[in-house]
Amino acid sequence: MNGMAWFYFPARLAWRQLVFDRTKLIAATSGVLFACVLVFMQLGFKDSLYASAASAPVKLSGDLFLMHKQSEAIWRPVKFKRSELMRALGNPAVAGVYPLYLGLAPFKNMETQVKRTLMVYGFDPDSQIFNVEGIKNKRIEMQLKDTVLFDEYSRPEFGPIRQLLDAGRNKTEINDYKITLIGTFRLGVSFAADGNVATSDLNFMRIFPNRNHSDIDLGVIKLHPGISVTQTQIELGNQLNEFINIFTYEELLQHEMDYWANMAPIGFIFGFGTIMGLVVGLVIVYQILFTDIANLRNEFATLKAMGYEHGYFIRVVFASAFFLAVLGFIPGYALSIGLYQLAESQIFMPMPMTFSKGATVFMFILSMCALAGFLAIRKLRVANPADMF
Amino acid sequence: MLTVIEVDRLNFSFGRGVLTQSVLKNITISIHQGEIVLITGPSGSGKTTFLTIIGGLRQAFYGSVIVLNQQLINSNEQTKIKVRQQIGYIFQQHNLLKSLTALQNVSMTLEMHNAMTERQRLDRAAEMLEAVGLGNRLDYKPEQLSGGQRQRVSIARALVGKPKIVLADEPTASLDKQSGYEAVSILKRLAKESQTTILLVTHDYRILDVADRVVELEDGIIKNS
Ligand SMILES: Nc1ncnc2c1ncn2[C@@H]1O[C@H](COP(=O)(O)OP(=O)(O)O)[C@@H](O)[C@H]1O
Ligand SMILES: [Mg+2]
Repeated sequence: MNGMAWFYFPARLAWRQLVFDRTKLIAATSGVLFACVLVFMQLGFKDSLYASAASAPVKLSGDLFLMHKQSEAIWRPVKFKRSELMRALGNPAVAGVYPLYLGLAPFKNMETQVKRTLMVYGFDPDSQIFNVEGIKNKRIEMQLKDTVLFDEYSRPEFGPIRQLLDAGRNKTEINDYKITLIGTFRLGVSFAADGNVATSDLNFMRIFPNRNHSDIDLGVIKLHPGISVTQTQIELGNQLNEFINIFTYEELLQHEMDYWANMAPIGFIFGFGTIMGLVVGLVIVYQILFTDIANLRNEFATLKAMGYEHGYFIRVVFASAFFLAVLGFIPGYALSIGLYQLAESQIFMPMPMTFSKGATVFMFILSMCALAGFLAIRKLRVANPADMF
Repeated sequence: MLTVIEVDRLNFSFGRGVLTQSVLKNITISIHQGEIVLITGPSGSGKTTFLTIIGGLRQAFYGSVIVLNQQLINSNEQTKIKVRQQIGYIFQQHNLLKSLTALQNVSMTLEMHNAMTERQRLDRAAEMLEAVGLGNRLDYKPEQLSGGQRQRVSIARALVGKPKIVLADEPTASLDKQSGYEAVSILKRLAKESQTTILLVTHDYRILDVADRVVELEDGIIKNS
């Protein structure tokens, strides 16, 4: 047989046999669809988690960032001395240093009075370390005593803050301390915190009476224009205490994502979920192909008696596996887009359906079906043409 | 006359050791091109076994079986496939592919031969179905056809590749008298037109008259030839 016929004929036979039995076809496609949706959801949640984990650091504006070596992630920092950050000023490349204070605290819903934990960011309003419109616009007002900005992208359980502010209601409590909301900004929630507020470093100390100025969570360093960031990073590495990590912007983002991917059990859970989805799909497709070969044993044996070679039947099985992969993937992809939108509206985290995610899942599903085909092929041996007469 | 099947002292047995059951004993027979040979004999006498060895479906180890100039004793898979491709089979059960139409079933024989275009294949298959009287049933699936019609489709499938030899194992067993006789007559007519050799196993004494020669097997031995 020549090139095209080599695959076309067995594929055509596989297709005709697949569409002949609609019930079986629907069952098989549903199996693949199920695996497909499962994998899409796992990957979607995982990517969304990683993306949102870095939502705060993404908006930080600075050249180098100091963190305690024991800080696993920004949201669970180990504090270090402000004096350590100040020592960086000794390097002539450094234009300014800015401490960032972080704390989780209960925020009282103005309507229901229910308290729910969110993340409080405290920093000098003049420092401009957040590249966020709503924060930059309010740097004068933030200087006032007990004023706080609220993240609009926080979960709705904190109350409809925007509407409440428009209606003139702006008093509530954080950590049982009375504050005034003076506006909103847009940052985004993560698995670590359901909401965010930003306030001045002075107000931060008022909200957290146990905290003090000299123990900081993150240090932001800005360099003079035109200076090599990596060169300064190396120099500071020699000058500062060894328990300090000095990250570039990219390294900081990577550090945050790595935390979720490796340190937190969540990364493992999603990986596990993905594999389980594929295993379930594998078992279903294998079962379908296997029973198919058993049922078509006589037909395969007849074709063998007519002179068809063993390789032809292998191609029939792989073509069936391929068709099942495609037939299951298309509705699985469409359904997953819908579920992504549903999830976005429910968990308030971005879940984009990207081309690369689609391609990745398709490759997964294709490999899954190919493996199922490979396992089912052993069953072909029972098609013995000598039993045909 | 050209000899297409040349069997010399063929011995065949199933099983091993004490369970060995000798099924074919010292079979010697030669069959010419265009001959129609019927094999009869009681059940269990080895007729089917003999046919599967000739057809390259079963491996035999003792004696000599030369089919279309290929030695099938201790042959490799490639040799057997080559022989199979030049033989048309008609099974007791029709053994059509149930997901394919009559036309597609018949075309399956031609898909192994690469020289033809799809159009030529379908035309040839349709002609063949026409010849067995099923010109108006081309697009029927096997389950929509009667037993006799299915068997005629399988005759068309066996003959469409212009095989040198047709092997048939009790092709009329599952048919009523009328359609059984019809099927065999069609087979004979078409085979004679193209000088095809036919080896046909049957219990059905009403069709003996189509044969050029009748061979009787009993307990693995040829009685008269
Ligand atoms: N696959 C097999 N394994 C073992 N014995 C077999 C097998 N096929 C047939 N036999 C035995 O070989 C003998 C001949 O069988 P067969 O060739 O089918 O006879 P016939 O077609 O004349 O009825 C019988 O005794 C049968 O039981
Ligand atoms: Mg028999």
